[in-house]
Amino acid sequence: MAEQKEVGFWNSLMRIDRRIIFLFIFVAISVPMFLQINLKIPTSPEVESLVATLDKLPDGARVLVSLDYDPGSEPELQPMAETFFGYALRRKFKVIVIGLWPQGPIQAERAKPIAERQVGRQFEYGIDYVNLGYQAGNELVIQRMGSSIPQTFPVDYFGKPVADFPMMQGVTNFSNIDYVFNLSAGYPGTVEWVLFAVDRFNIVLGAGNTAVQAPQVYPYLGKQLKGILGGMKGGAEFEILTGLPGRAVKYMTGQTFAHTIIVLFIIMANIAYFTTRKKEQGGLS
Amino acid sequence: MKREIPMIIAGTVGVVLIIQYFIPAEPFGTLNDVFSDWFSIIQASAIWLGALNLIKVAGDKIYRRHKDWPYAAIIIASFLVMVIIGFFFSGGRRFLDPGTPFSQLYDYVYSPLTAMMFALLAFFVASASYRAFRARTREATVLLLAAFLVMLGRVPLGDMLTGWLPKWLHMSEIASWIMNIPNIAGQRAIMIGIALGTVSTSLRLILGIERSYLGGE
Amino acid sequence: MSTIGIWVGALLTLGILSFLYKDNPFYKLSESIFLGISAGYWFVSLYYQSLLPRLFDNLGVTKLMGASKTDGALQSLFVHGRWDPNIWYLVAGALGIMMLLRLVPKVGWISRWPLAFVVGTTAGLYFTRYLASNALSQIHATLKDFIVFGQPGFVGWANLNNLILLVGVISGLAYFYFSKEHKGIVGGAAKIGIYFLMVTFGASFGYTVMSRMSLLIGRLDFLYGTWLGLLR
Repeated sequence: MAEQKEVGFWNSLMRIDRRIIFLFIFVAISVPMFLQINLKIPTSPEVESLVATLDKLPDGARVLVSLDYDPGSEPELQPMAETFFGYALRRKFKVIVIGLWPQGPIQAERAKPIAERQVGRQFEYGIDYVNLGYQAGNELVIQRMGSSIPQTFPVDYFGKPVADFPMMQGVTNFSNIDYVFNLSAGYPGTVEWVLFAVDRFNIVLGAGNTAVQAPQVYPYLGKQLKGILGGMKGGAEFEILTGLPGRAVKYMTGQTFAHTIIVLFIIMANIAYFTTRKKEQGGLS
Repeated sequence: MKREIPMIIAGTVGVVLIIQYFIPAEPFGTLNDVFSDWFSIIQASAIWLGALNLIKVAGDKIYRRHKDWPYAAIIIASFLVMVIIGFFFSGGRRFLDPGTPFSQLYDYVYSPLTAMMFALLAFFVASASYRAFRARTREATVLLLAAFLVMLGRVPLGDMLTGWLPKWLHMSEIASWIMNIPNIAGQRAIMIGIALGTVSTSLRLILGIERSYLGGE
Repeated sequence: MSTIGIWVGALLTLGILSFLYKDNPFYKLSESIFLGISAGYWFVSLYYQSLLPRLFDNLGVTKLMGASKTDGALQSLFVHGRWDPNIWYLVAGALGIMMLLRLVPKVGWISRWPLAFVVGTTAGLYFTRYLASNALSQIHATLKDFIVFGQPGFVGWANLNNLILLVGVISGLAYFYFSKEHKGIVGGAAKIGIYFLMVTFGASFGYTVMSRMSLLIGRLDFLYGTWLGLLR
């Protein structure tokens, strides 16, 4: 009798309404938002390698930032953009922004003021920052930039001729770019930058990816890709290593709770599955 | 002719782009640039086509008084609002300047909607993990273990649990190892396989053996 | 405006969220607005960022319409009698129009021309790029370019790790090799390959969970922080 009751419990656990699971997730992510917990965030070799490559660049280096994502991936990639701009401000990099996704350049404009506030310095438009906007054509845009950046982006994001900006003087193609930083949420993104810019025009590339995409770009690490920021965790490590703590670090507590509850869910569901299966098999024999 | 001309176009363009990879000299360098420019314009038109097609489908729904026709009307209305504001009330080429009505629609309507649509998946991933993730076979158990180690190793909790062990057994180290060794091995095998498939498909397209993109008739 | 904006954003967010309970009119309304606004956003963006500067300005159509003072290829050629390579954009424009004609049933077939152009371009580029970067470079990296981060611990065991990597790639490829029956050596290798692939899929799954949770955290931060002002 007691055994039947036990099986009944596990059985009902197996058939739990999905809305209850939804509720658990909702609570598990909501609660830590109101808690002030500082967790020690370990860093990983792929993020360390990205920061090491950046550190090796000379002050005032000319960097191209390609933001290939939309607001759908904002929580993962936007903190990386903010940190990168902050780092660029500190190192006095000359930043050229483009987007292979039409939303990318807008996201850059939203990240810029946050970085400026954090670092306490401002970019001077046209002198050390220019946003060239979006161009249709996916990987063909990269290919075209290989022969001429001004022809690919004749006007900037605000509709002004690119030739008018002092920092664009002398910029013809990738040979005038010291480093490319790509934030990518899918296609076109990091894979295309590796295939069409790194391997063709020998650029130095570092990338921040959504966690969904990150595992697929790991094989490029090394010669083709100098470091990966994988998802929000990668963003948090980036913030720590550059000394610019921001949103990703703040969100890590919620992330920890969320992972924990998913792991617990899987363990519980497996216990339920094996318990009920054993009992069923026992009953049959 | 409805099939032959497209096949000739695809074949010629494909061959030119393959040659320009090996011989970047003229005329192939220029052709490469010209083709890239054309491609951009075609892609932009294709995206316009997609948007217009959505409106056409919604229009059809209204015309046929489909049961969801009021929602179709909302699709068309929202489209028109965005387009009219973008073209006529947001300063033309400077439509994306901070504070333009178009820019505000991006920040307060487009952005939260897109973000929430994707965030919804969090709930479904959780429910799928609960329902489908079972250690039924040895292979499934390996998959599950890898997922566990990565999920715990990539957040501070993993190291809190294993902090008392030697450093190389810390969960974050193990997660890094999984990502950098077996994950790369598996991803590389998949990548090489797909690359070889892509090469053969490209060749079939250029030679006109593969014609499914031309549709029926 | 921003207060009203945040309220609109929050209500629409709740509309999408309400789908979790069940499909309902509030969700459908938010979804329809999402579809219409997205299409409108792409439509306007593509015009101002791509079609206008690259097609209409380069050709000189903008000047023809009196909306710009700068000459384009048409003015160069017909007014100044000078060759301008941008005149090639005429073909691009024609291909673009053909693409749009897909909406007209009787002449829709013409859209196969630009489509064929896209297919040909992609095939030509992918043929060389995928072979070089995703096949040859990967084989090269596995055999020669060993990944050493100089890290202590697991990642630091370079030689053993290189061997594992090599075994993983070869056995993984053996699993995908269907031209020979999975028996004998190939069969054994394929079996090892499955385990490597399982670890890969497990890692991808873990990362997918990570990604989705991050997105939800971002949204809840918007609701609790930006909208309700409950967070510090």
